[in-house]
Amino acid sequence: MPTDELLRIENLHAWYGESHILHGIDLTVHKGEVITLLGRNGSGRTTTLKAILGLVGRRTGSIRLSGTEVIDMPTHRIAHVGRLGYCPEERGIFASLNVDENLELPPTLAEGGMSIDDIYTMFPNLKERRSSQGSKLSGGEQQMLAIARILRTGATLLLLDEITEGLAPVILKTLSTVIRDLREQGFTIVLVEQNFHFAAPLADRHYVIEHGRVVEQIDAAELEEKQEQLNRHLSV
Amino acid sequence: MSIQVILAQALLGLNAGVFYAMLSLGLAVIFGLLNIINFAHGAMYMLGAFIALVGYSYLDQWFGIGLEVGFWPSLILAPLVVGGLGILIERTMLKRLYKLDHIYGLLLTFGITLILQGLFSNYFNVSGTPYPGQPDALSGVVNLGFMYFPTYRLFAIVFSLVVCFTTWYFIEHTKLGSRLRAGVENPQLTQAFGLNVPLMITLTFGFGCGLAGLAGVLAAPIYSVSPLMGADLIIVVFAVVVIGGMGSIMGAILSGLALGLVEGLTKVIYPPAASTVIFFLMVLVLLFRPAGLFGKEK
Repeated sequence: MPTDELLRIENLHAWYGESHILHGIDLTVHKGEVITLLGRNGSGRTTTLKAILGLVGRRTGSIRLSGTEVIDMPTHRIAHVGRLGYCPEERGIFASLNVDENLELPPTLAEGGMSIDDIYTMFPNLKERRSSQGSKLSGGEQQMLAIARILRTGATLLLLDEITEGLAPVILKTLSTVIRDLREQGFTIVLVEQNFHFAAPLADRHYVIEHGRVVEQIDAAELEEKQEQLNRHLSV
Repeated sequence: MSIQVILAQALLGLNAGVFYAMLSLGLAVIFGLLNIINFAHGAMYMLGAFIALVGYSYLDQWFGIGLEVGFWPSLILAPLVVGGLGILIERTMLKRLYKLDHIYGLLLTFGITLILQGLFSNYFNVSGTPYPGQPDALSGVVNLGFMYFPTYRLFAIVFSLVVCFTTWYFIEHTKLGSRLRAGVENPQLTQAFGLNVPLMITLTFGFGCGLAGLAGVLAAPIYSVSPLMGADLIIVVFAVVVIGGMGSIMGAILSGLALGLVEGLTKVIYPPAASTVIFFLMVLVLLFRPAGLFGKEK
């Protein structure tokens, strides 16, 4: 088993109640890679991330995090096993907690996470607002906070869901710099992204998901020649 | 009416108020985190009082081994036993109901209440048994200037206030407290971060029940210990929680204290209304501020 495989998903099926959402996802993420999950709304990209964390009704197949099978593990253990950091689509900022409390909520998973000072250097806006309630932050600030708080924990594999959604271009630029920084620091990142122009220059590989299956895998290098196929998959 | 009489009555009202506060605090903590309306809270209070009574008066009589559990050990033991029972109830029964409507949790805990009350009524005097174990250090009266006040009652007031505000501080201002609040707001995400939310829920339920048990021990030397003592009190306590706002910690404490005072003062101003004034206030609050005085509108 190659040791640099942080995530290997095989034949993953997932259900919410009666509805069968994922129909056999296969994908692999190596240490230090940035990959994206592309696809239309409802294709199962968000569900794939949730299924990794056990946040779906039922899941079958295999999910290995650094070689450990987690398909039958309770949600609260999975983050520890895989050193996972999760940033949900709706950002998940806790309204009843202030910025500092939000930042310190996720438990430490391993040594080597960023210190609060490092985080405030990376996200200076948050520092000014550290005692504000989570509900008082702007969309951009909430997004920064949602990313910042998983950097403190020592997580090495980041699952980021639609981090650009509904944000102004100037904030996208900051986010793009942040992702580049994180990549240089050695983080492994799975991006679920609607905004292809944001994701394309950042990622090593792209998985295209349709109807709960991976239908295409594109390396960054072959992006140009496969552009047409990609457009077909992503066009609404 | 002299100021002395009013102050005296206010202090007695505060005495009732701290019990309302402790019980409604437990209910609010449980409701906030588990979304369960714990009807068995009164029974847990009764159980706490009985643990103190049995430990002091009956153990020796039943087993004849010269074992006697005094007031101070009971103050620690009873919350642990009652909290442990709460944990058992949550693990074996309540946790199966979280996905169902509120009413099922209420029905289950109401059933548990009836069983506990029935069991104790079978073996103990329904009209009440006095608890003789009040410690000597707390007997007698203190001169407060405007009145002589029983030392034990003063102790009960101060002790309960410390417990209530410590609980509040813990939930609102510590790291573990912020995790609890996060677990209330978004249990799935909190769990995805790697926090064991089911365990937090179980311990919180145990803690809330333990608070009721503690209130029961404190009440034993003041009121007589009876299988129905919780049933009489719990209805008022539910009214207190509604007035304070479901789920609000500080709301539960402050409205518990305030309503005890109001009830105490009504006893001097217009005695016939003393037992209904809280419900009258509840109606007013529901009419003009349905989420409660400290609750947030959803």
